[in-house]
Amino acid sequence: MLPQVGVDTVKVLRRLGYNLDYPEDQTCCGQPALNTGYWGEARPCAEHFVRVFKNADVVVCPSGSCVSVIRLLYPELLAHSPLREEALSLASRTFEFSEFLVKVEAITQVGASFPHTVTYHASCHGLRELGLREEPLKLLRQVDGLKLIEMVRSEECCGFGGTFAVKFADISGAMGNSKADSVAATSAEYVTAIDPSCLMHLDGILGKRQSPTRTIHLASILANEGPKNEGRQNDGPTQAKP
Amino acid sequence: MSTAAQRFLQDAAIKSADLLHREVIRRGMDSYDAAHLKGRARIKDWEAARQRCREIKREAINHLDRYLLQFEEKVIARGGHVFWAANSEEACTYVKNLATRLGVRTVVKSKSMVTEEIRLSPALEKAGIKVWETDLGEFIVQLRDEPPYHIVTPAMHLNRSQIAQLFREKLDPAIDSDDPVDLMAVARRKLREAFFAAEMGISGANFLVADAGVVAISTNEGNGRLCTSVPPIHVVVTGIEKVIPRLEDLAVLWPVLATSGTGQGITTYSTLIGGPRRAGETDGPEEFHVVLVDNGRSALLADAEQREVLHCIRCGACLNICPVFRHVGGHTYGTTYPGPIGSVLTPHLNGIKEFKHLSFASSLCGACSSVCPVKIDLHHHLLQNRRNATEAGATKSSERAMFRIWRAAMGSPSLYALGGWTVRKSLRLLYALGLAETFLDPMRVWNRYRSSMPLPSESFRAKWRKNRAASSS
Ligand code: SF4
Repeated sequence: MLPQVGVDTVKVLRRLGYNLDYPEDQTCCGQPALNTGYWGEARPCAEHFVRVFKNADVVVCPSGSCVSVIRLLYPELLAHSPLREEALSLASRTFEFSEFLVKVEAITQVGASFPHTVTYHASCHGLRELGLREEPLKLLRQVDGLKLIEMVRSEECCGFGGTFAVKFADISGAMGNSKADSVAATSAEYVTAIDPSCLMHLDGILGKRQSPTRTIHLASILANEGPKNEGRQNDGPTQAKP
Repeated sequence: MSTAAQRFLQDAAIKSADLLHREVIRRGMDSYDAAHLKGRARIKDWEAARQRCREIKREAINHLDRYLLQFEEKVIARGGHVFWAANSEEACTYVKNLATRLGVRTVVKSKSMVTEEIRLSPALEKAGIKVWETDLGEFIVQLRDEPPYHIVTPAMHLNRSQIAQLFREKLDPAIDSDDPVDLMAVARRKLREAFFAAEMGISGANFLVADAGVVAISTNEGNGRLCTSVPPIHVVVTGIEKVIPRLEDLAVLWPVLATSGTGQGITTYSTLIGGPRRAGETDGPEEFHVVLVDNGRSALLADAEQREVLHCIRCGACLNICPVFRHVGGHTYGTTYPGPIGSVLTPHLNGIKEFKHLSFASSLCGACSSVCPVKIDLHHHLLQNRRNATEAGATKSSERAMFRIWRAAMGSPSLYALGGWTVRKSLRLLYALGLAETFLDPMRVWNRYRSSMPLPSESFRAKWRKNRAASSS
């Protein structure tokens, strides 16, 4: 639903000189079914993912949540699959975008400029499953002109949670609004995160409140080279794994 | 949908929209957060302490049979009695018969979640026995005829003026202060009478120490010690998973429990009890009984995948950090154990069909697992419960059908692309026809709390193709 994140991820990585491929046969990592308990349905999807990506040196994905599924849940989901070994190997070569830049490649300066006030929401799976607390912040601190404003309870979940957002709409909405309160208290122009799904949910919550704060994926901030202004990030994030 | 699930959804909607309630909880949790952080900083290596606690509990749970027997032997040798209760009914009957046989008319209780689980107080009251909760929080919720709101802080949802009002109604119409010190004095006077009238004291246990054969109890108000030493009979009611191998294990478990529970270095009273009063001793009960409650725990023990759920030391940290708990509050769960541990445990203890919804009522954010002092992978167990519920055919047939379609689409790149295209186009058409927010709009639940999702004109795949075509031409 949010292709711009994919586009911006590609832009940043290309600018840094990486040779990219986007296997067009890719679909989904399987998380929606997996997290709803449909492991039987998630398994063929995960196997498809492993087949499509097995020849890549490194897989970079602009979603901490998808990466945590591949890294932490595939070993269990595919424990009895003929693709088990390939899944384990793939898991060790799959990285979240900021993780790849900062942890793997030791890059924090990507030559980006974004003269705006920004607050950062620590998406749960990136933070707690992948242990990415500092990596996105390190990248943000190097962005020219960007002023980072810390929000309270930045590590509390925004309330998306996949099918949870629909099955328990009232709880998800309330959690989203609490997060939006934290965002609003910073008066930042943008709220950023490393997970498109959090941003899609927050964008809707903020939109409904007619909040002036806009959502933007980390990759889209880093994609900005000049001091030009971005519009409301409507074509935002995606589940693509470029 | 089970009635428990329906009630949960209704209550969750009400509570999560109740800003006043949310504010009370938020304030309570903010002060807990600060104390917890400070407490953790006092422990030199918090992660190492957690790991050690996990190993201790793991060892205990994996050799539960041996350690429980060791504990029992020591208690019996000191003149105590041990009763193994397979379920709530057996446990309640044992205590009730004991009370009736010894002519007990008044019971004082210190805090125990297991007695809530087995519904002991109602069983005793039915037999005409008066039961006093003596933990201040428990005393308050008992007066309100409510279950505990939280496993550590049972009355955290009430402010002092509500408590003053309650005391005026139930205890003394002359109360004219809502100062906590004054209110405490009122409760204290009332409870003193109960302590000295009671013929039986009932407590829970935080740990059962196998090698020493003693019960370890942590409390903050001193009521625990009065319950266990003043009345002539003391009954400990506890779950079989509370056993730990060695006395020295308390050196790490006690401070870690206190830190996780309230941020304290150690609770105000840390008590070890091993049996009835011995010759020459000045206090302690004449009779000492331990009721070891199974009530579904053995079945969980048999489940290799989820056995570690029995490591829980009921510290409440996972409730405190849980964003769902913070928004819906403790009573909404409708279970003895609320919050993440309750959502994991209840389907095991009370049935997956009836309580599976709790395992789905989570964003799987993992905050619970990150604080649990015995490192239970709580959110992963929620996920496994979901899988088990689905495999048991306990989910809706419409949902099952939807995921079958999803599976077909995800296995085929062209179907996947077509699916994405169809969704974008049909939603566009629907909205162009002015049918947004009608029953035809699949996004109406989403849109209840969110502005409508922007629909991109083309997918990333299409953009990628165009870009590649442009750069190669
Ligand atoms: S599951 Fe862990 S955090 Fe939750 S109450 Fe039990 S010990 Fe505490």
